[in-house]
Amino acid sequence: MRFSAAGRPLPRPTPTTQPFFDAAREGRLVLQRCPRDGFFYYPRSHCPRCLGRDWEWRAVSGRGSVHAFTLDRVGHDPAQRSRTPLAIAVVELDEGPRMTANVVDCEAEALRVGLPVEACFERVEDVALVQFRPRT
Amino acid sequence: MGKTAAAITGISEWKPARVWEQPMFALEAAAQLAAEVLADAGLTRDQVDGILIGGLPESPMFAPSALAEYLGLRSNFNEVVDLGGATACGMIWRAAAAIEVGACETALVLCPSVPAPLPASSGGAPGKMQMPAYLGGDAWGSPQGQFDIPSGLVAATPGFAMIASRYLATHLVKPETLAKIAVHARYNAQANPLAIFRGRPIAIEDVLASKLVADPLRLLEIVMPCFGGGACLVQRADAARRGPRRPVLVSGFGEHLTHKTVSYMPDLLDTPIRVAAERAFRMAGASREAIDLASIYDCYTITVLLTIEDAGFCRKGQGAAFVDDHDLRWDGGDWPLNTHGGQLGAGQAGMAGGLSHALEAVRQIQGRALGRQLPRAELAYVNGTGGLMAEQVALILEGA
Repeated sequence: MRFSAAGRPLPRPTPTTQPFFDAAREGRLVLQRCPRDGFFYYPRSHCPRCLGRDWEWRAVSGRGSVHAFTLDRVGHDPAQRSRTPLAIAVVELDEGPRMTANVVDCEAEALRVGLPVEACFERVEDVALVQFRPRT
Repeated sequence: MGKTAAAITGISEWKPARVWEQPMFALEAAAQLAAEVLADAGLTRDQVDGILIGGLPESPMFAPSALAEYLGLRSNFNEVVDLGGATACGMIWRAAAAIEVGACETALVLCPSVPAPLPASSGGAPGKMQMPAYLGGDAWGSPQGQFDIPSGLVAATPGFAMIASRYLATHLVKPETLAKIAVHARYNAQANPLAIFRGRPIAIEDVLASKLVADPLRLLEIVMPCFGGGACLVQRADAARRGPRRPVLVSGFGEHLTHKTVSYMPDLLDTPIRVAAERAFRMAGASREAIDLASIYDCYTITVLLTIEDAGFCRKGQGAAFVDDHDLRWDGGDWPLNTHGGQLGAGQAGMAGGLSHALEAVRQIQGRALGRQLPRAELAYVNGTGGLMAEQVALILEGA
């Protein structure tokens, strides 16, 4: 783990996952797509269904809906305590895979399972974190 | 009738505590637990030829050999089990399986969950129990560190809250139903001298009025992490019959996992308990209706609800109705659950917390659950839940 100057935990990309983070910095959400099994997430060396390696990076819509969520009121990560209450959601993308991220620009009361959301990008130093916001 | 090769005989359990007044190393705690469990089973150290442990802080590598050396054991079966809260149940079936195939005859299952003494130079006071937030998920190259932790999905509570949110959006559940699970756990804890919440019963209103920690989970629906320790001895059933304790057969077992974090759970409402429990019941040749006692891992109220469903005690989606329709208390309840108070009532003493569910079933079957003995306790369903509803182990324990 590495941390921002303000103490936020940031991802450390690996050679395999770097293209995902590079695309995010350009404001694009890309996922790997296996020719047999379709999109998968998180990025990895082999398709988690067939263990094939002939996947390609492809842009996805970034549209999806909240599959599950919580509002962390106490800050289970001491490094993120200043962000509480923190809205964390498992988002199911229209393309199928599920991603975990924060829901931003959303009133706590509006957060619900099924809420339509779209990807957005939160810049923290040299990283662009993929987050989601309500779709209007 | 299921498996008959191996039985639990001796047990030992320490009272969980938030602050451990006499810190000791895991090696030292393991030695003490081993001595206690051997005395309880009427055996001597020389008869032990199997070791199961969930790792040793004093020997991050080579844990079994470090333990054998420290305890003076000559051991034929040596396992480190890494299944979080399901570790203890995972150790019990591994011990039974090893005995069945002849790999060993007498195995120690050890769960020391105590703080080490601080180095003399530090001058600190005994520490309060604190779980590291990332649980190792921040290792270089870890998918969790790159794709979960930056969002704040860390520790265990937010993940279980996530599952609870999905459950509540899918099925109609009254908050009072989930609260009842915590209330009855506390009720049972009042009869357990080892329970951390003995002397502090709670009511439904207390649960509903407790603060939201991670929506929809409230404080009193969440276990309290503690220090503690527990152990049991698993031995060949024929030898067990000659000992002072009623042998408790490991009649069936099942283990299943598919994911590490909730984010990638194939279906948030179809837990690995389903496969683990089905395998255990089938192996034991037991029906759900024949179970006298359920001892279910209860890190959260939602864990219990999902376990009742996925272990097959009711149909999917009927967990709330099942809890509403049954009395879960030890004295007169028609479906006694976690008669020791569970971890919600007794405290979650690390891996010993997971073991406590098996130890309570053993106590009940052996007829020594003093002050809370069930009139009939021949067959128990025990399970362990690890990590984020990930590692699952189910056991069927049966009196011989």
